[in-house]
Amino acid sequence: MKHMLQQVFHSPKFVVGFIIFMSILLLSVIYPIFVTGDPLVIIGKGTFFEPGIYVNVVDGIDSQLYSLSLPDVAEKRIALKLGATERADMKEWLVAFGIPEADIDTEDTEALLNIWNQNYDSKLRLPGMTNARKNYFARLDASIDNLLSTEGIIIASKDPSTGALTEEETIGQSQYINVNRTSNVKVLPLGTDNFGRDMVPELISAIGTSLKIGFIAGSIATLLGLVLGLVAGYVGGWVDDIILFVTNLFIVIPSFVLLILISYSIGQEQRGAVTVAVVIGFTSWVWTCRAVRSQVISLRNRDHVNLSKLSGHSTAHIIISDILPYVASYVVMAFILQISSGILSEAGLSILGLGPKTSDVATLGLMMNWAMIYSAHIMGKWWAYFPVIIAIALITFSMNLMNTGLDLVFNPTLRD
Amino acid sequence: MKGYFKYFRNKFFWFVVTLIFAFLLNFLLPRLMPGDPVAAITAKIAQGSTSIETVKEVYKEYEQLFGTDKPISQQFVLYVRNVFNGDFGTSFTQYPRKVSSIIGSSLGWTLALQLPAILVGWIIGNVLGALAAYVKKGWDKVVMPVAIFVNNLPAFGLAVIMLVIFAVQLKWFPTSGGYGFDLIPSFTPNFIKSVLVHYQLPFWTLVLIAIGGQAIGMRSMSIYELNADYVKYARFMGVPDGKIIGYVFRNAMLPQVTGLALALGTMVGGSLVAETIFSYPGLGSTILSAVMGSDYPLISAATLIVTMMVLAFNFLIEIIYGLIDPRIKAAQSD
Repeated sequence: MKHMLQQVFHSPKFVVGFIIFMSILLLSVIYPIFVTGDPLVIIGKGTFFEPGIYVNVVDGIDSQLYSLSLPDVAEKRIALKLGATERADMKEWLVAFGIPEADIDTEDTEALLNIWNQNYDSKLRLPGMTNARKNYFARLDASIDNLLSTEGIIIASKDPSTGALTEEETIGQSQYINVNRTSNVKVLPLGTDNFGRDMVPELISAIGTSLKIGFIAGSIATLLGLVLGLVAGYVGGWVDDIILFVTNLFIVIPSFVLLILISYSIGQEQRGAVTVAVVIGFTSWVWTCRAVRSQVISLRNRDHVNLSKLSGHSTAHIIISDILPYVASYVVMAFILQISSGILSEAGLSILGLGPKTSDVATLGLMMNWAMIYSAHIMGKWWAYFPVIIAIALITFSMNLMNTGLDLVFNPTLRD
Repeated sequence: MKGYFKYFRNKFFWFVVTLIFAFLLNFLLPRLMPGDPVAAITAKIAQGSTSIETVKEVYKEYEQLFGTDKPISQQFVLYVRNVFNGDFGTSFTQYPRKVSSIIGSSLGWTLALQLPAILVGWIIGNVLGALAAYVKKGWDKVVMPVAIFVNNLPAFGLAVIMLVIFAVQLKWFPTSGGYGFDLIPSFTPNFIKSVLVHYQLPFWTLVLIAIGGQAIGMRSMSIYELNADYVKYARFMGVPDGKIIGYVFRNAMLPQVTGLALALGTMVGGSLVAETIFSYPGLGSTILSAVMGSDYPLISAATLIVTMMVLAFNFLIEIIYGLIDPRIKAAQSD
């Protein structure tokens, strides 16, 4: 046993897969210990906030101001507000308004803004322009207002009785705040999802749940397949006939269809993460059973098994101590693959809307489902779906690597 | 010839048995679950309706349709008769459309998409895998990591990535649907062109998905065959390399054919999910909308059609396999 483990851990493929998998597993176990609180709490009022550092505006105004003279402040500000598309849109409006196209230079910011400010009228509705488009230009105009001004912004407070505004402070163009000295700063490395939930804790808890589903489904499938395979292969006779018949049936009937039917029949209310895992487990034992059965049949008439029979050992004893060790390596490999295919099955089911009940858990499939329902992929909200795909791919990739590594150790003929 | 006949008879027997069993499962599974399915359906369809009379009528209608007032054996007979008459009831979500007409219009899309995609992917995957095993240097280093990467991405993940790159970013292809939303299905050049444009992205995505698994399988099969004794012997005898390669790949090919038959169910399942990402008007999207709308008759019919499709193609592959593998004839004739 010790020797075998040594050999396994000398296989580079297995070790790489093992390290990736253990890191993911540890992350999903350790992270919730340090970051307590509900991972699914809704913090954002709105959908798909971009990844970034969010600073509370009131705290920002209140905190100490630092004056920094940096060279390219104006350029950066313009670059954010006036991208290539905005410039092209402004040109479109101006051309529609009647300015000759040759007069508009979208590269020269100052000239463009000048010609825009001289001509733009938010009340004007140009022929052929939809209302939404008109509103868009009004918003664009407001956002580029004062873009080139060098004056500061005045902070005023309102007198509660008279309603008069008194100037409190003027914030200059070159003033900065230190994010570390501001009391309310929220870092959202992966933004928020469609419900306004922080993606990072949600993703980690989803990985945890998906791994759990994979483990449960994999254990059930492997155990069921192993027991049935051992019984069918060793006992033989009519027991074998029945089990073989059932395996032959389920090997061609697509398990995905069974999953859809069963999950739908259970109903949305009863479908927790564990139920889904159990259902996946009960529909995916066939391959293991078939492989174990054929291995057991080839082992059944070996000398050591016959010797054990002659010594009067019970069937259970023979199966456990004389046959099981020979199929153990295969079973471990099958278990690893079952886990990863269980995770994939859950994801596929969830995308079709047949995953675990949506309100109380997050799984990788459910996150994907929500991102697709809210068309995150078409709107370019990559943070809502890409990390999920990467997480699934990393889990399956690490499991496949471990499996290949084990295969190379246990089947020397495969080594090149 | 007698050997072939025996093989076909055996395969056909299994095809019929699995088909019957699939019918049974499709019939039994929803009925085994606790609760009265008709009551659940009635509750859903009569939502918002205050009149008790209407609710009662709806209940009666579905009780009759599914025959839940009769004993279970009679129900099964009724169910099979309905299926053979192509009568799957009326859809809830697209009332008063018949389920059979919805399935009929989406089945063609799925068949036209998945059948060529799986076939093309299987062929390309096998060629690439064989090349990787034979050429080894360089080629093996490029093809294999790519194939392994693609194989580890779930089908829907690959679909999303392809969609974002080629439809959203590069705008080469439309993002969703099977044809332009402003067109009505007809045999006009405009419509056919639109269908072809919409077809490309889902098609090549499914091809890519199929390539990954097949290339890996073919590579290891070919490596195994290349190291076999008969290859060494042929080399000693001075048989030209080209001829040996021909034998090797023919032998490596055979398990790939059975592999395709066995993987068909999984492939179709993955492809159905990928279809929904592209909002392709096939069975995948039909199942999705049926699940969303709790459209029980539609789900039941769609899953049955998918099963029958997989079983039929499985049977077809096994027949072809019987024709191309000479060992089948030898094994059956003694």
